Amino acid sequence: MNEARQISETHRKVKMNWNEAEELEVLTFDLHGETFALEAILVQEILDLLPETIVPGAMPFVGSVINFRGKVIPLADIRLAFGMEAAETTIDSRIIVIELDLQGEPTLVGLRTDKVNEVTTLAKASSEAPPSVGMRWRPDYINCLVKRGGQFIILPNLQAIFSFRKEI
Amino acid sequence: MNIPDPVAVFRIEAAELFEQIESGLLDLTHRLNDKDQIDAVFRGLHTLKGSGAMFGFDALAAFTHHCETAFDRVRKGEKPATSELVAAVLAAQDHMRALVDRPTDDHGDIGEVLLARLQHAVEGDAPQPAAVQPIPVVAVAQTPKSGLNSWRIRFSLPVNSMVNGTNPLGLLDELRDLGEYKVLVNTSAIPSLDVLIPTDLHLSWDVTLTTDQPRSAIDDVFIFVLDDMQLDVETLTEVVEPVAAVQAPEPPPVATPVVAVAAPVQVPVAATPVAERETAVSNASDNRQAKAAENVRVPAERLDELMDRVGELVIAQSRLRQLASASMDIQLRSVSEEIERLSGELRDTMMVLRMVPVGSLFGRFRRLVHDLARETGKVIELVTEGETTEVDKTVIERLADPLVHLVRNSIDHGLETPEERRAAGKDEAGKVLLSARQAGGEVIITIKDDGRGINRDRVRAKAESSGLIQPGAVLSDQDLLQLIFAPGFSTAAQVTNLSGRGVGMDVVKKTVEALRGAIDVTSQAGEGSEVSLRIPLTLAIIDGLLVRVGTGRYVIPLSAVEECLELSLEEDLRSRGRSFISLRDSLVPFLRLRDLFQTGTKPDLHQKVVVISTGTERVGMVVDQIIGDHQTVIKSMSKLHHDVATFSGATILGDGSVALILDVAHLVAAGQQQEAQVRAAG
Repeated sequence: MNEARQISETHRKVKMNWNEAEELEVLTFDLHGETFALEAILVQEILDLLPETIVPGAMPFVGSVINFRGKVIPLADIRLAFGMEAAETTIDSRIIVIELDLQGEPTLVGLRTDKVNEVTTLAKASSEAPPSVGMRWRPDYINCLVKRGGQFIILPNLQAIFSFRKEI
Repeated sequence: MNIPDPVAVFRIEAAELFEQIESGLLDLTHRLNDKDQIDAVFRGLHTLKGSGAMFGFDALAAFTHHCETAFDRVRKGEKPATSELVAAVLAAQDHMRALVDRPTDDHGDIGEVLLARLQHAVEGDAPQPAAVQPIPVVAVAQTPKSGLNSWRIRFSLPVNSMVNGTNPLGLLDELRDLGEYKVLVNTSAIPSLDVLIPTDLHLSWDVTLTTDQPRSAIDDVFIFVLDDMQLDVETLTEVVEPVAAVQAPEPPPVATPVVAVAAPVQVPVAATPVAERETAVSNASDNRQAKAAENVRVPAERLDELMDRVGELVIAQSRLRQLASASMDIQLRSVSEEIERLSGELRDTMMVLRMVPVGSLFGRFRRLVHDLARETGKVIELVTEGETTEVDKTVIERLADPLVHLVRNSIDHGLETPEERRAAGKDEAGKVLLSARQAGGEVIITIKDDGRGINRDRVRAKAESSGLIQPGAVLSDQDLLQLIFAPGFSTAAQVTNLSGRGVGMDVVKKTVEALRGAIDVTSQAGEGSEVSLRIPLTLAIIDGLLVRVGTGRYVIPLSAVEECLELSLEEDLRSRGRSFISLRDSLVPFLRLRDLFQTGTKPDLHQKVVVISTGTERVGMVVDQIIGDHQTVIKSMSKLHHDVATFSGATILGDGSVALILDVAHLVAAGQQQEAQVRAAG
């Protein structure tokens, strides 16, 4: 826990693109019973599951690649970043393809999800910074939590997750 | 459509102009009175000045102006071209490059020093005539001729010249400045309104000029458009000078619907049948259009995108072929075959698009050799061959640095000083030959010198002292020569600033291997050395061997594959402990890819060994199945997988799934390491 707090203090806070009305358009999806949200602007495409190619020796978190329209892109499972168990695929499983800036290079990455819900608008007023204690997950992997309809939606800090370290 | 940054566009243009100027200057060093080259340099300088001023590079424009003025005087024959002048302008050109690259930096008084040198070269010690004059468009001849001459000037410009920025009004204005003139415009070539493209230029002009200027003043007006235009200058009074730049005849100025100037022009034209003239004109314009269509500048990323699309198309097509071959539908099959043919052709065309001639690379070496000759005091003759050989653009870019190093090495270590050469009974001028030729799917680039050759004894002594080989080790000649590419090796007893820090040759070798190429060295003591780089034509597509390990499929670059053999059961069991197979009496270490990749599957009954090599080192790869050869379109892996050194890239198979490409150099190194460990363990 100590270590986690240290990381949370040193990590760069990523700026969220709330608009003037302090709202954010997001795509929500489920992972292991939790609801996550990604800024809709990042999302390139939502795909049905594709044949995956395992990359031996790669970090389990980005353990395979897929063919996305003729490009070979990594497929990430952010469950592993949040310490969740890998799950069997279901009929609802989808891949969300997003474009991330990795060390100054725009990179397409596929994210494995259990279910893709909807595109919706979140209000900044109902968002909270991640609590530094009482959470199973590394706080620096979370931008903020947004309360909606009696549950929390997690906005993961993809920059922090993908500026990965070997130990993931 | 995104609009490119104009400054970036200017920089690209400037780079081309520098190349043109530099090659002109270097040619002039051999043939000082080559009028064409003097004109080419002058034109380059002039365009550079004009464009520079247009894009706000004022310092560049002002500086270039002086060089241009100097060359203008040479061009007009007022001053002779001297090697001193050429050297001064070469030096000045480097300053211009600096002004283009860093226009806002303070460049100190380099400019003044260079200009003083230039002035000295042109004038001897006479004072420089003009101070900085901001950009006159065209230098007008200063040698006035007594008496007035009348000229009839007919000219037309290429249809697309407005797009290129040529302004016919400017040309007319300049003609007017020469003296009294009358203009008649010929509009007969204008097409009807429905096919008229507003940016096209269909007009031609007929000018009667009375001037005291000589004929050359008129030519000067057109000097920058002369290559593409039609210009016809005739004297109406007495014959003064021969006509220099006559091309195809002008369309007859007869059917002129709009007559701007009333005064009819007396034209002493030989009567030619109209039909004949028209064909001549249309031929000429065809030629001109073909010329204009020769070159299109396209950013490299767009070509890469196109390459990606073609790659996708090839993959989609192979899926279609699978479907079609399973179907009984004749029509579907015939369409599938047609698409197969088309996509194959498209791929071939696409490959050609990325090819550029090696000449663009060789061009840079003329300057390098020129400078090295000055620095070392050696007399060097650079000969290039096979400049038209075409190589993938990426390959060219990556090869530039290694080649610079090899050429420097040849000159610095290989070639002797003129005295030594005389003593050895050779020509004083050392020869460096840079040649390129295509052989199958490879391009062979050779750097050959006629210097002293590689001293084997010194190579051996050096390698022994730096611990690269055991003292007294038996090596083949080729192995010995290859030692010069070992990291940390340098034979130069004295380190010069040209080469010889020992960091170069191994980098050269690494770069060439990264391009999936190879280096050969041959050398004769006293007769010179030859280094050959064998480079594949393209990086985008390779021939691969598709293999299966567990459930995964992988591609091994076919160029690295030496042979495939079956791993017999006994050999398999026997090698559990030591992982070696004996291959024709030599032991080859092997890697079990199934273990390396942790497939967690049972091995196939008949496992195969694929023996791969880099140069002399061999390693076997145990795979479950060899599927066959596969034309591989290489895709790079994302940064998230850069830590996985086992794979150099990925490719997409016919069924749309991804196969990873094995990195041969890495696997061989891993195999050798394993061998070393086994040896260490005894």
